[in-house]
Amino acid sequence: MTLLWILLLPMLGTLVPVLTAKWSRSACALLTALPVVVAFLLLISQTQAVFAAENLRYSLAWVPLLGLDIALRLDGLAYLFALLILGIGLLIILYARYYLSARDSMGRFYTFLMLFMTAMLGIVLSNNVLQLWLFWELTSISSFLLISFWWHKSEARRGARMALTITGAGGLCLLAALLIIGRIVGSYDLDVILASGDVLLAHSWYPVFLVLFLLGCFTKSAQFPFHFWLPNAMAAPTPVSAYLHSATMVKAGIFLLARFYPALAGSDLWIILVSLTGLATLLVGAYLALFKHDLKALLAYSTISHLGLITLLFGMGTELAAVVGIFHIINHATFKASLFMAAGIIDHETGSRDMRRINGLWKYMPVTGVLVMIASASMAGIPLLNGFLSKEMFLAETLNQHLLGAISWLIPVLATIAAIFSVAYSLRLIHDVFFNGEPKGLPKTPHEPPHLMRLPVEILVALCVLIGILPVLMVGSLLSSAAAAVLGTTEVPYYSLALWHGFNLPLLMSVIAIAMGLLIYSKRKKLFDFQSSLPGVDPLNSFEQLMKRLSRSCERFYNWLDNGSLQRYMVLLLSAVVVLAGLPLLEVPVLSGGREELPIDAVNATGAALLLISALATVIWHRKRVVALLMISVVGLMVSIAFTRFSAPDLALTQLSVEVVTVILLMLALFFLPHKTPSQSEPSRVIRDISLASLVGIVIGSWAYAVMTRPFNSISDFFLANAKTGGGGTNVVNVILVDFRGFDTFGEIAVLGIASLGIFKLLTRIPLFKPSSDGDGRPWTRERHPMLLATVAQSLLPLALMVSVYIFFRGHNLPGGGFIAGLITAVALILQYIAHGVDWMKARVNIEYQRVVAIGLLVALVTGLASFLFGRPFLTSWFDYFDVPLLGEVELASAMAFDLGVYLTVVGSTLLILSSLGKMTTAHRPVHKETI
Amino acid sequence: METLLACCIGFLTACGVFLMLRGRTFPVVVGLTMLSYAVNLFLFASGRLNLRGAAVLGMSEEYADPLPQALVLTAIVIGFAMTAYLVILAIRARADLGNDHVDGKLPEAEQRRKEAGL
Repeated sequence: MTLLWILLLPMLGTLVPVLTAKWSRSACALLTALPVVVAFLLLISQTQAVFAAENLRYSLAWVPLLGLDIALRLDGLAYLFALLILGIGLLIILYARYYLSARDSMGRFYTFLMLFMTAMLGIVLSNNVLQLWLFWELTSISSFLLISFWWHKSEARRGARMALTITGAGGLCLLAALLIIGRIVGSYDLDVILASGDVLLAHSWYPVFLVLFLLGCFTKSAQFPFHFWLPNAMAAPTPVSAYLHSATMVKAGIFLLARFYPALAGSDLWIILVSLTGLATLLVGAYLALFKHDLKALLAYSTISHLGLITLLFGMGTELAAVVGIFHIINHATFKASLFMAAGIIDHETGSRDMRRINGLWKYMPVTGVLVMIASASMAGIPLLNGFLSKEMFLAETLNQHLLGAISWLIPVLATIAAIFSVAYSLRLIHDVFFNGEPKGLPKTPHEPPHLMRLPVEILVALCVLIGILPVLMVGSLLSSAAAAVLGTTEVPYYSLALWHGFNLPLLMSVIAIAMGLLIYSKRKKLFDFQSSLPGVDPLNSFEQLMKRLSRSCERFYNWLDNGSLQRYMVLLLSAVVVLAGLPLLEVPVLSGGREELPIDAVNATGAALLLISALATVIWHRKRVVALLMISVVGLMVSIAFTRFSAPDLALTQLSVEVVTVILLMLALFFLPHKTPSQSEPSRVIRDISLASLVGIVIGSWAYAVMTRPFNSISDFFLANAKTGGGGTNVVNVILVDFRGFDTFGEIAVLGIASLGIFKLLTRIPLFKPSSDGDGRPWTRERHPMLLATVAQSLLPLALMVSVYIFFRGHNLPGGGFIAGLITAVALILQYIAHGVDWMKARVNIEYQRVVAIGLLVALVTGLASFLFGRPFLTSWFDYFDVPLLGEVELASAMAFDLGVYLTVVGSTLLILSSLGKMTTAHRPVHKETI
Repeated sequence: METLLACCIGFLTACGVFLMLRGRTFPVVVGLTMLSYAVNLFLFASGRLNLRGAAVLGMSEEYADPLPQALVLTAIVIGFAMTAYLVILAIRARADLGNDHVDGKLPEAEQRRKEAGL
């Protein structure tokens, strides 16, 4: 539970700044820090358990079938990172309180910061890789929000976009890798994956998922050649740079390297890829840092270089190197975060970060100067500071590897060169900022910052010194427990954190680095001239050019694909159908399944012939719309006869009544639509459409044949066996509808109701024009309601209603039921509309059909809910038999009430649709507008 | 008989698809109706054909499969709702846009012809 709270508190903390932003700035900062402090204390309370290597886990099943759990773990590595995240996070909250100006929205800044803190904690504490990935993406998003915090600056927006694109793309690679790994291992549980190193290493897909995984890590940790986003992310407010882009987020990639070290490392491919990338990054970062005039840019490149150093250590493949890597994570976080914050202070108090202008600050801010000097010295690897320790150990490790075979000696040489540049740029930082003459044209007169703003820097610098002098006491157990977690063993290889290892080669390399660094810095003028004579590449611009080209080609593709032609979409869609449904047909050896066919008799043959002819006629005459309508009604009639022939009386009744309603509807529609379709299809298009239609027809027909001629087992035996005993009816189709699958039916009548309401809405305020003649120019007849029809229709009404009542009640046991009865009632009433007109009906039946639909749905719903009263699940049915005088035995079933709901919905929907449209042809239609 | 019904289903599908590929709304509605006949028959036929075997208990010796029948019954009603919605949409589109082309605008060639005619 403690684990969950460590994560939950910062998550809840995202709300605090939003709510408290209207109070004073200090109150807002203080209250925001509160949950972080509590989480930090909770974490500290777990220290003993972590150092004792206890199994700290928390898990909550969420979607167990998909392997999605909310799973947390706290081991040495997670503890170390959580400590950095919460500890430095607290310092940053304090620092930002003084850094942000009165114009900046403090609430927004703290919200984003807490969001990031949550995400970062989520990464390090996750014990499920999918969950880990989710938090991983969240760090990219919160980083985007924080970099673009000053969104009015173009460079902030551009830098944020670039960072999001690069890390987001990497995130997708990582997701792919994690999915493949999860698939191979059979679990997304981190414990399981870390224990399956052998399986993963031996798998044939190892290179694929390793490369994807490393792409995710390298983009996040700004490794060469993806390093360019980090300097551009420096457009963010400095607390963000200190927190995200030096101490925590950029280390997420390295965290992942460390986390998966037991499972993925240990192959030559890992060693080559990781170590060479790290080496390249180390050199490129260290070299470029020297030439940056912007204080933050120098620190950014230095960060890149140090990240490369850590990556190189993890790539060496030896256990000791991994331990040193972890040690350097701690040290780098302390000295670099303090340097960034100091840079922010200088920027804040002088109004500039350009090292060509801010000179000689020693006179104005001596305390800050001392702090910067100590931290820079640590960065350069000067003895008695923590940076020296890990750098010495790193140099020692470079001497112990055999990565490049016979030319392995190159690596310590290159490492020394990087160290030389590291000394040189650290020196430049100190000398250019605090000495080197007087400030030039600064907007403000520099002075020391408020003490509380400097406090975080002081704390971190103190840590640098303390770790540097008393390493074992300060971080000994922390380091060994983290190292044990990374290596996946309980026995950590022997290492010594001593200050003095005697006169050895690494010490010599350090001395060379310091001496050469001094030399290079003193001769910097020539080097600067050389560097500025090189053709410069602006990564931001070239990146944006690339993005623009990419989005243009996407746009072209999109415009080609989505050109607004519905016919083309249909062609593409149907072609896909042909391919997807047709290809499996090729794999079926014999189309016929061998089931015995029914004989063809004369009636069936005639029916089929009529069906085919009328379908063909519909197509041939489709441009004469009334004729096409008549022809398709013949098709519908034949289909309902087919249902009768093949033992589906319910279907036949339904189809027949729907047919009537549909034809009336389409007739009405033709009143408003042109009566003829102009000929416009080019012959080539007709040929294309006929070919495609034939292909679809052939594929579907073949499948139909293949299905019908195969013997089968159906689940219907269950329904047949239980219809009477369980549902109380003998018409199994109806019992399925109102009982077994009642929930489906409920959904379907809901759809019907929604469609009718949608139609009702579509027809309100429609600017219709009322044609005075038909398509051939013949005027519509004035005589609206022929007497003969009116008389017959009126006398038919009671009969039809009686039939529908009969059909409704017998439905449970004989063909019939709510759907069919509803349609019959609807047809009977529509006939009255046709015979007498809307006015006549309105005077007699003034019902709003929307209400009928609503009542029908309510009846069905209440019937379903009623079963809850008896402690049964939704829509459980009940039935019993009663003796009624005169009528004999009568069955009452709750399913009948449900069927009544169906009946009402069908009647209401059908009449709502047709009467709304019918109304348009009369005086009740909306105000006439001559727009067409 | 199965062969004949399969032919009918295939033919109805082809006719329906052809009409749905037309450029005006009304033939598309007709085509959709035709296609829903084919689909309903296909679903129904997946329960295999059975003469004189209505799924009413006690009325025959062997029963047709009631499950596809129940599915098709609701499909017919929903199909009606869909056709109705589509045709009203077509009316509304014509009223708002002034033509009954499925894209909501006439193809350029025809637009030119129409303007020249006026």
